[in-house]
Parts: sequence; structure tokens; C-alpha cells
Amino acid sequence: MFAKSPEVEERLGKHLAAMLVQMSSRGPDSAGVAVYRNPAPSGSSKLTLYSANPREQWGAAMDGLRDAFGACEEPSIRASHAVLVVSAEAAEAEGWVRANRPDLRVMSAGAVIEIYKETGLPEEFAAAFHVEDFKGTHALGHTRMATESRVTTEGSHPFSTGLDLCLVHNGSLSNHNRLRESLRREGIEFQTENDTEVAAGYLAWRLREGATLEQALEGCLSDLDGFYTFAVGTADGFAVLRDPIACKPAVLAETEDWVAMSSEWRSIAVLPGSADARAWEPEPGVVYVWEKAKV
Amino acid sequence: MTEAATETAGLEVVDLVTTSVRELNQRLHDLAGGAPGPRRFRILNPSGAHALACGLDAPIEVEIEGHVGYYCAGMNKLATVRVHGNASTGIAENLMSGRVIVEGNASQSAGATGRGGLLVVRGDASSRCGISMKGIDIVVGGSVGHMSAFMAQTGCLVVCGDAGDALGDSIYEARLYVRGSVVGLGADCIEKEMRDEHVAQVAGLLEAAGIDADPAAFRRYGSARQLYNFKIDNAGAY
Repeated sequence: MFAKSPEVEERLGKHLAAMLVQMSSRGPDSAGVAVYRNPAPSGSSKLTLYSANPREQWGAAMDGLRDAFGACEEPSIRASHAVLVVSAEAAEAEGWVRANRPDLRVMSAGAVIEIYKETGLPEEFAAAFHVEDFKGTHALGHTRMATESRVTTEGSHPFSTGLDLCLVHNGSLSNHNRLRESLRREGIEFQTENDTEVAAGYLAWRLREGATLEQALEGCLSDLDGFYTFAVGTADGFAVLRDPIACKPAVLAETEDWVAMSSEWRSIAVLPGSADARAWEPEPGVVYVWEKAKV
Repeated sequence: MTEAATETAGLEVVDLVTTSVRELNQRLHDLAGGAPGPRRFRILNPSGAHALACGLDAPIEVEIEGHVGYYCAGMNKLATVRVHGNASTGIAENLMSGRVIVEGNASQSAGATGRGGLLVVRGDASSRCGISMKGIDIVVGGSVGHMSAFMAQTGCLVVCGDAGDALGDSIYEARLYVRGSVVGLGADCIEKEMRDEHVAQVAGLLEAAGIDADPAAFRRYGSARQLYNFKIDNAGAY
């Protein structure tokens, strides 16, 4: 969901939570969100970290980052996740966590993105992570019914695809094993056996090599084999792509105040003014992009 | 029924904020076989719910005020179901008789496997419109997506706009009429001569659908009857 008015930005989390809960029957085993909000100050960056340890003392990670980079704000903790704002480049801060705290997972890195995801029913996820409290410019959500890999926090969506970028996926990819191997040779790291993580890695690789977001997504049409409807979050907006066969559903809707995309109308129907929204089904194999500057 | 439902002059209003889909469908099913009750229904707040007004078997009229979810009006017999909004996957799937009218757009597989009756989509229909149709007539005011009328067996698909790729792939005997462009024809689907009887058929379907278009402007597509299973030489292979 992409907010076009300050009122919707203010209530972004409420809308996002309502949309997630509507999709419970499609994805009852895990849920997640990527929220774009509270830009880190210039010279700083923001990490969302996940700990499998329910008694995680986030102060130790904060102290480590302070020692390494000079300054790190108090962690903002939501359930098993914490957001840390560090006075360092995002890639440096992420590198430090990977090197010094391998027990923690970097869910997202960048200036504005925060990714939270966990196993369990969407309603329970929304309550545990206080999704309704989020204010922000735009957000992506996902509810998962696992097909290709195990039900774990790491296998949940959204997947980070680079700084301030994320991916959610409905579908399944059939060439992910071979593609994962070739991407590993390009230096892309993978944490799971999940097919969507490979699509995320593919996008990260293409973007690293200089492709625009549109070019990277168009590359999916030739390089990914399988079924997919993708939604990609960027610092300024979001993009949607369906595979050329388009078995997996998608509906887009737009009003003066917001743009929303979902697998089904059910979760758009809960948004204010949806009855009068312009609604349509995205064409197969066509990249749709909304960004702040273009609105 | 709930307190929200009101009954005036044979019209019953059902609000899905206060009534469940299951209660609604049971209410409509109870009218099968000429059972007494209202003949007209107005459904409020569908909000994309699935399986609305499915399995009807009575000559009633159902007006749905908003967008509907999957398989709306599936397996319908006799009833007229009108959607004042868009329809998700599989509107009027396996339609037996009666009419289903979508005032907006329809998602994929509209009218799938339909055996009779008429489906009208005033806007566009998405991919696989009329997949495996078996006697249903479908009139689309706008365009249809790729793989429409895939494995179509009988019935007519009338498209006032354009058709996507692979129209009529592996078609049996259905008749496809398209006024605009066709991105590509599927396996064994060919263009055929548009004779007077075909113009008359299109005219009748357009009239039934309440769509104003020149029937002579349509082109006809159908089966070349060249797929393996049509060749008498292969009869011994079974």
C-alpha cells in the first residue's frame, strides 16, 4: 500500500494490518511486513535485526555498533525484531553484524525500510508486532502458505533485495536451485532453501550490476521459470510484476489518497473509499511502478 | 435471516456486514423447486467475498452491489445474477442456465466450463475467459486476455474489443466472434467465413446482452479440426 495523502500515512499501519488479516485464509502459516518510515538522519542508516533468542539483550548489539561506528541509537524493539540506527553506511553496519553477531539475522538495511516477519497467523503477527501503530509513506505485507520450503521466520516474506528494497511473492519458482548456485558464484548470499529468496537475490544481483528496477524486473521474465506475482518495495514506492502466464492473481486499485495492490479484492475492500476506487487487474508480463516523485 | 434484512414487495435486501455468505446462499438455495419466497434480492457490501450466490436453482433476480470474489454465481440455474462491480476469478463457472451480468471487469476464467445460459461482461475479461466452455454463451463488451476459449467445446464467445494471445487454443466446436484485433490464434484455431447465419447469431447475442455493436463488424474463429484426436486414421490407436 502506497499513501498519497498525509491522512493515509498517519494510518498506514491500521490499513496494512486490516489487509493482512483479510488474507489469512490464503496464507495462514507466516506473515510479514516491510514499512517505509522514519528516515535515518543523514550519515546514518537503519538495520532491522532478528534474534531467534527470546531473551535477546539488544544492548549488546547496540554497544558493539557504538564501539565500531561511534554512535547507535537505542534499539526500537518489536517482538523478536529490533531496529537500530547507526552512524555508518548501511552496508558497513550490515557487514559488522554479519561478522560479529552471526547469531542475528539482518532482515533489512537502508535509510527508511524496516522488515518484520514471523511464523503464525497474520492476526497474531499484527498484534505481536503492533502493526497498527506504524505510520509511514508505504508498506508491503505478505501472508504465507508455504509450498517450496519450510515454515520458518527466515522463509517468511518480505525478503530484502538490497538497501531499502524488498520483495514479496505469490507463486513458486522451478529453476531456483540452479539459479541460486549461479548467483552464489556472483557473490550473492542465501540464508535458506526458499525459492523467493532466489528471486530476491536475482534482483539484488541485477541492481548491483547497474540495472534499473524496471530492467531487473523485466529480466525476471526471461531468467525465472515458474509462477509469480511479485511486489517490490523501494525507498520511494513499489512495483508489481506478474509472470506471462499469470495464473497467480493480482488486483490493483487507486484513489486520490492511496494505491493498493493485493491478491484479492477482499483486502482492498477494507480500505477507506475503496468502493469508489479505480480497480483493475495488472497485465501479465508488464512492470508497474509507483514512486513518490511520479505522483 | 437477520434484522438487517428487509422485505418489501418481493424484494429482500441482504447486507453482508450482518449476514454471512453461508446464510445468504442457504436463503437462496431454499427457493429451489418453486418454494415460496421473494423473487428479487439485493446484496449489499459483498467486499470481494467468495462464492456469492452460488448453486442457485430458481428463477429469481439477484443484484449484488459491489465487487465480488471468486466463483460468484457458479453452477447457476435459472436465476439472473447481476454484479454492479468487478468479479474475481471464475465468475459464473459451470453456468447451467439463466444469466450472469458483470457491469465492471471480470478476472480470469470467466464462464469456465459453462454448460448453458448467458454470461455478459460489460467491461474487460481477463485471461482464460470461457476456458473449456461447454454450451455457455459469453458476450464481453471490452477485450479478453490470453488463452481465452482454451479447449472450448460448444457455445459462443463474442468479444466486442480485442483478444489476447492463443485465442481458442485446442478448440473443439465452439464459435468465437471478435470485433477487434487478435494477438494470436492458439493451436488448431483458425479464422472462418462469417456467413449470414453467423451475423444473425452475433446480432441475437448482442441483443440479449444489451450491447450496441454492429454484428457485421465481427470476425469468426473456430476449430480447424486438425488435432490428433480428430483424425480418423488414428482411430486404431485407441
